[in-house]
Amino acid sequence: MATENKTAELTEIEQFRKDHGLSIKEERPLTTLNLGPTHPATHGIFQNILQMDGEVIVDAVPTIGYIHRAFEKIAERRPFYQITPLTDRMNYCSSPINNMGYHMTVEKLLGITVPKRAQYIRVIMMELARISDHLICNSILGVDSGAFTGFLYVMQEREHIYDIYEEVCGARLTTNMGRIGGMERDLSPKALHLIDEFLKRFPKVWAEFEKMLTRNRIFIDRTVGVGAISAERALSYGFTGPNLRATGVDYDVRVMNPYSSYDDFEFEIPVGSKGDTYDRYLVRNEEVWQSLKIIEQAYKNLPEGSYHADAPHYYLPPKQKVYTSMEALIYHFKIVMGEIEAPVGEVYHSVEGGNGELGFYLISDGGRTPYRLHFRRPCFIYYQSYTELIKGGQLADAILTLSSLNVIAGELDA
Amino acid sequence: MELTNENVLGKIISEFGEENIQDPYNPDGIMTITTNRETIHDLIKYLRDDKELQISFLTTMCGIHYPGQGDKEMCVMYQLHSLRHNYRIRLKVYRPASDPVLPTMTDLYATANWMEREAFDFYGFIFTGHPNLTRILNIEEMEYHPMLKQYPLEDQTREDKINTFFGR
Repeated sequence: MATENKTAELTEIEQFRKDHGLSIKEERPLTTLNLGPTHPATHGIFQNILQMDGEVIVDAVPTIGYIHRAFEKIAERRPFYQITPLTDRMNYCSSPINNMGYHMTVEKLLGITVPKRAQYIRVIMMELARISDHLICNSILGVDSGAFTGFLYVMQEREHIYDIYEEVCGARLTTNMGRIGGMERDLSPKALHLIDEFLKRFPKVWAEFEKMLTRNRIFIDRTVGVGAISAERALSYGFTGPNLRATGVDYDVRVMNPYSSYDDFEFEIPVGSKGDTYDRYLVRNEEVWQSLKIIEQAYKNLPEGSYHADAPHYYLPPKQKVYTSMEALIYHFKIVMGEIEAPVGEVYHSVEGGNGELGFYLISDGGRTPYRLHFRRPCFIYYQSYTELIKGGQLADAILTLSSLNVIAGELDA
Repeated sequence: MELTNENVLGKIISEFGEENIQDPYNPDGIMTITTNRETIHDLIKYLRDDKELQISFLTTMCGIHYPGQGDKEMCVMYQLHSLRHNYRIRLKVYRPASDPVLPTMTDLYATANWMEREAFDFYGFIFTGHPNLTRILNIEEMEYHPMLKQYPLEDQTREDKINTFFGR
């Protein structure tokens, strides 16, 4: 009778201790630990106030919004072409995907069809961006589990990808690549050469990197079963992208709602089974190989033709024409001054970003700026599961879980 | 059964009645329907649990503000996706600015938690039954909901920027 009474009086913390095989009787107080906002292991500005019982995390309260820049509000005051630089700064590890996603949304609103060549160039750039995104995520995962070398090794390759961006659009990190209606310039011979070089060199580098981690005993011990989530919970939490596929759900926007000619290419969607850190690593790893396959196909079959749509109202005319033709001068002036009116409409377009379904919900009231532009940011949506993922685990595992989710602060806070 | 806008709409109307399901339109291939506060929770639950529909993924939700529209001033948009059938649907609920109260969806979708907090933070929607309806991206001391159209983008009291230089 006495024991029964005692069970009934268990506090939440005592119950937790019991569930995790810890001594209930021990009367040590919980430690409050501030993980972040600027912690070197969190790779971005995230704060988590942890309640720790020794090394075990009992509770976590995430605080977000440290780099909130009100992009949705700013977008309501800007002409359409000036919103592209805002999208750069969301997931800054794969800016071209954000840029292209936004361009395609506006093109959907305006009813512009982009020529095949431009679509293929976009696919090449988007897949390069995906590689650079996954490359950072997986190599950081290595760093957090104690393997620094691989990170520096593949970082060099990211620089080569940025060289390609630089040749295509002039910028490296926040790219502002392409325009509404296509690309701003064709792929130059140098860009083609760089892509070709990359396709030859990168598989060797990636194979070496893979060899270092995939069957590494320490890495497997640190990651298998850490931060696992079931497919049902993941869907309820709105997971998309590699994190969802690691749980075994084969949802990929590129296949389900193909955009920008993705249905022309052959590639596979890797899926995991357990949804833990190791599966997320494997899925990203395999996606890099699939992205390479897509780039190769797009590069080999790059169609001839124009690199932009014929949409003089929305697409800037070439500079020479601005000085020689009246019409081009007028369009140039109107576009640059933001005096182009978009039709009334409401569109949603989503692309497969580095972290999942990156959606743009755009309402236009016929004005020069969007009436409402809402970003569906995958990081923001799945980061709320972080508390659930790390509860009952150890602090060191929480760090690994955070880096394997690939939460990018810019996308989280927008 | 393949889901089309017609048969999904038919099913919803037969379940909830025409007075609760209004103005279906199709702006971009995604059917958009307007419903009311009393129906929205049951509707989303029905879409999720119905064996034929299986529209069981909450893609996104957001607030929209239409100033001066009376009873239709504040709008919440929910966008759902059926991964089984690859079918998307958009639901809207309009509320007057004086009463922006809706039921929470956190009991149906875990992801609704932060989405609703975001809608509260930026638009001031109150979701009854939400476990922790506090500001999420803005500072807690903020006294207004900044995405409402009456708040201009920049602080109008600033004097260090001259309008003529910035085209304002």
